[in-house]
Amino acid sequence: MTTLDIAVPVPTRRPADRETYLNIAWTVKSWALTTDHKRIGILYLVTTIFTLSLGGVFALVLRTEHLSPGPTIIDAYTYNRMFTMHGIVMVWLFMIPSIPTAFGNFLLPIMIGAKDVAFPRLNLLSYYIYLVGSLWVVIALWAGGCDTGWTFYSPYSDHSPSAVVPTVFGIFILGWSTIITGVNFIVTTHTMRAKGVGWFRMPLFVWTMYGVSIIQTLATPVLAISLLIVGVDHWFDWGLFDPARGGDPVLYQHLFWFYSHPAVYIMILPAMGVIIEVVCTFSHKNPASYKAIAYSTLGIAFVGFATWGHHMFVAGISTFDAASFGVLSMLVAIFSAIKVFTWVLTMRRGSVVVTTPMLYFFAFLFLFVFGGMTGVAVATQSLDVHWHDTYFIVAHFHFIMIGGTLTAWLAALHYWFPKITGRMYPERLGYVGATLVFSGFFMTFFPQFLLGNAGMPRRYYDYDPKFQPLMVISTVGSWILGAAMIWTLAYLLVALFKGARAPANPWDSRSYEWLTPSPPPKHNFFREPVFTRDPYDYTVPAEEIRA
Amino acid sequence: MNSLLLKLLDLPPQASTYAFDVDLLHYFVISTTMLGATFVFVLALWFLVRNRRRYPGELTARVVTPVPVEFLIIGGILSVFLIFWVVGASEYSHMQHPPEDAMPVYVTAKQWMWKFAYADGRSDIDVLTVPVHRPVKLVMNSRDVIHSFYVPAFRMKQDVVPGRYYTAWFEAQETGEFPIECAEYCGVSHSRMLAKVHVLSEPDYAKWLENPPTGDLAARGRDVAAKRGCLSCHTLDGQPHIGPSWAGLYDSDVKLSDGTIVKADVAYLTRSMMDPQAQIVDSYKPVMPTYRGVIDEPEVAALVELIVSLKDQPIAPSVVLPRTQPLGSAQPQEPR
Repeated sequence: MTTLDIAVPVPTRRPADRETYLNIAWTVKSWALTTDHKRIGILYLVTTIFTLSLGGVFALVLRTEHLSPGPTIIDAYTYNRMFTMHGIVMVWLFMIPSIPTAFGNFLLPIMIGAKDVAFPRLNLLSYYIYLVGSLWVVIALWAGGCDTGWTFYSPYSDHSPSAVVPTVFGIFILGWSTIITGVNFIVTTHTMRAKGVGWFRMPLFVWTMYGVSIIQTLATPVLAISLLIVGVDHWFDWGLFDPARGGDPVLYQHLFWFYSHPAVYIMILPAMGVIIEVVCTFSHKNPASYKAIAYSTLGIAFVGFATWGHHMFVAGISTFDAASFGVLSMLVAIFSAIKVFTWVLTMRRGSVVVTTPMLYFFAFLFLFVFGGMTGVAVATQSLDVHWHDTYFIVAHFHFIMIGGTLTAWLAALHYWFPKITGRMYPERLGYVGATLVFSGFFMTFFPQFLLGNAGMPRRYYDYDPKFQPLMVISTVGSWILGAAMIWTLAYLLVALFKGARAPANPWDSRSYEWLTPSPPPKHNFFREPVFTRDPYDYTVPAEEIRA
Repeated sequence: MNSLLLKLLDLPPQASTYAFDVDLLHYFVISTTMLGATFVFVLALWFLVRNRRRYPGELTARVVTPVPVEFLIIGGILSVFLIFWVVGASEYSHMQHPPEDAMPVYVTAKQWMWKFAYADGRSDIDVLTVPVHRPVKLVMNSRDVIHSFYVPAFRMKQDVVPGRYYTAWFEAQETGEFPIECAEYCGVSHSRMLAKVHVLSEPDYAKWLENPPTGDLAARGRDVAAKRGCLSCHTLDGQPHIGPSWAGLYDSDVKLSDGTIVKADVAYLTRSMMDPQAQIVDSYKPVMPTYRGVIDEPEVAALVELIVSLKDQPIAPSVVLPRTQPLGSAQPQEPR
C-alpha cells in the first residue's frame, strides 16, 4: 500500500539558544500568569485532556455496566448520575472548548500573522473562568452528582434528589469562558490580520473559528439563562418550567435546544476546520472551492439556529412546526454535504501522502459522512418518531461527536504536534493508534444503530436480555477505544521529550503557521509578516514562500 | 424482501397500520444515504490511490471546482433530501391526527407505571388491552415528570407531559402482546417503566369486555397501592423511605416511637391505614394521612394481601432510593 512512502522530514538540530515561546521562561508563574495565546492554548490543551479522561472513564464504567442486563457493577442511581456526568463533562468540559480553545488559541493569531489575540488578558481570564467552572462541576460530582441527563429536562430537574444546582451553576460559569473566547476571536479576526491576509486569504481553519465564535457568542447566553432558571426552580420552587406551579416544561425544551442544537455546530465546525487544513497540506493542493467552504461555514452558523425543533418531534409540537424544522434541518445538512464534497474533491489532481493526520482524515470522512447521513435520516419526521430517544440517536450523535470531533481533535494533535512542541511524533505508532481508534469506535457504536432499530430506549439501566449480544460487542469496542486513547497519549508523551527535533515546515505545507519556526518565537514571527501568496498555493516550491 | 430487511435492520414486527409505510421510507432513506456515503468514501480512496505523491515536494496545479458543478452537486443532494422530507412530513402528519371514529383510552403516566382507563369506567395498570383492526386514540397525561409512550412494534412514540393532554393513535393489525417502554428519562426506575399492549381479536375482545379479569388479590393490591399513592412513601423492595418498607413487614416485630414492640399482624396493618398516628414506627415522622373512608373494604383486603405476599419475597426495583422525598410527596398526599 502507499501508506508508507511519505516524505519523512530530516530532523534538523536547532541551536539551543534560539528563543521560543517555550524556553523564554520556565517558572510556574510564567505559565500561570501568561498572556501569550500559545501558552494559554497549552494550558487549555492539558486541562481538556484531563476532562476527556474523566468523561472517558465514566463512559467505560457505563459500557461495562451493560455487559449484562440488570445490575452488573453499579446500581441504577449511580448509573443515572454517571451517564449525566459523562454527558456534561464531554459536552461542556471537553467537546466545546477542545479544538477552539487549545488549537484555536494557539493557531488563530499565527494563521493571520498577528502577535497575539486582540485581548490577551481577557484570554487568560477566560481560561481561569473555564478552570473554575470545571472544578465547580467536579465539586458537584463530589456532592453526589446530578441524575437528570445532560439535558436537565424539567420538571424532573426541579425535583431530582441529586445535586442539580451546583452542576448547572458550574455550567453557567463555563458559559462565560465560552462567550469571552468567542468575542476575543471575532475581534482578533476582524482587526489583527497581517498585511496580505484578506478575508478570502485566511486559512480556512480561521473561518471555522470565526463561525464558531459567532455561535458561541449568540447561543451561550440563552443556555446560561435557561440553566439559571432551572437552578432557581430547583432551589426556590420558582416553577417557571414546572407545570405543578403553572410553568411550562416544553418551553424549557425550546430554550435548551435553541442553544444546544447550535452547540452541536460549536463542536463540529472546528473539527471541519482541522480537516480541511489536513487534507490540503497532505494533498498538496488548494481546496476544491475556498468560497464554498467559507460560505457554508457561515451558513451552518446561521441556519443552525433555526433547526432546534427537530429534537422535539414527539414532544408535542404542531405538525406545521415539525414540518418547518424538518425542512430547515435538511437545509443545514446541505452545508455539511458541500463541505464533504469539497474535502474529497480537494484530493483530485493533488499529490496525496498518508500520515497519521491523514489516516484520521479518512476515519473522520467515513464516520462523519455515515453519522451525518443518519442525521438526515433522523431529521425525517416519521422515522424520527421510532428512533427518538433510542440507541439509534445515541449512535448517531456519537458518530458525529466522537467519530467527527474526537478524530479531528486527534488529527489536529498530530498535525500541529511539531509546531506546538518542536518535536516529531513516531509515525508508525501513530498509524497503529489511528487504526485502533477507528476500529474500537466502530465496534462500539455501530451495534447501537441496530439496538435503536430494535427499540432499545436510551438511558436504560436495565435492558431486555435479547439485546445482550449487541451490548457486549459494543462494550468490548469501548475497551479497545479506551486502550487506543491511552496508547496515543503514551507515545505522544514520550515524543514530547524524546522525539526528533521538528523543522519549521515538516509537512511541506504552505499554510502561514508553517512559515515560522517550530516552536514559534514569543511573538510568533521574528518580524511583522507580509503574506504574498495564499495559504494553499502549491504551484511554487515551499522555499520560495516567505512570511 | 420486507421480512429480510426487517431481520437485517433488526426491526420489530410491523404491528400497526402505518408501521409498514414508515419502514418503507426507512429502507429508502437508509439505502440512499448509505450508498451516498459509500460513494463519497470510495471516491476519496480512489483519489488517494490515483494521486499518491510520487516524489517529495511535488507541486500541483491550482484547480477550483466550477460553480455550476457545485450547484449541480448541491441541487442533486438537496432534491433527494427534500424527497425524504415530503414523504416523512406527510407520514408524520398522518400519525399525528387520529381518525374521527377512534376509540379513546385515557393514559396516565406516573413514576414508574402506566395506567390505562377505558371509556366504560374500568382501568388497568401496565396492561393496555385493545381490539385488532380498530383505531385507538390515547389521551395522555403525566402526574409527575415527562414520560414518553413508546411501542416499537407500532413505530409510535409520544411524550407524556404533566399539565398537558396529548393525543396519539394507532390501529393494531396483528394480535399478540407488544412491549410498551418509557422513552423519556424519568428517574431511578426509568428502565423498569415497562408495560404491554395486549391486542385481542374481535371475539376475544368482546369476551374481555364482558368478563373483567380479576387477577389475584395481591396483584390487585399493587394496583390499589399505586392508585392511592401508597408507593410514594412505602417501597416494595425492603428499602426504608418516607415510611417503612412493606417487604418483610408482615409478621415482623415493629418498634414504635414510644419504645413498645408490636407484632405486624393483619390488625396492625389495617389500623395503620385507618389511624396512622396511633402507632408511629420508631425513627419515622408522623406524616401519613388517614385513609378511613377513602379506601373501601375490598381495597384494604387487597393491600393487606399484598403486604402478606411480600413477607419473604420483596418484589422489584433493586434500585437505591435516595433518602430524600420523591416528587409529589413533599406534602403527604391527599388521598383521592
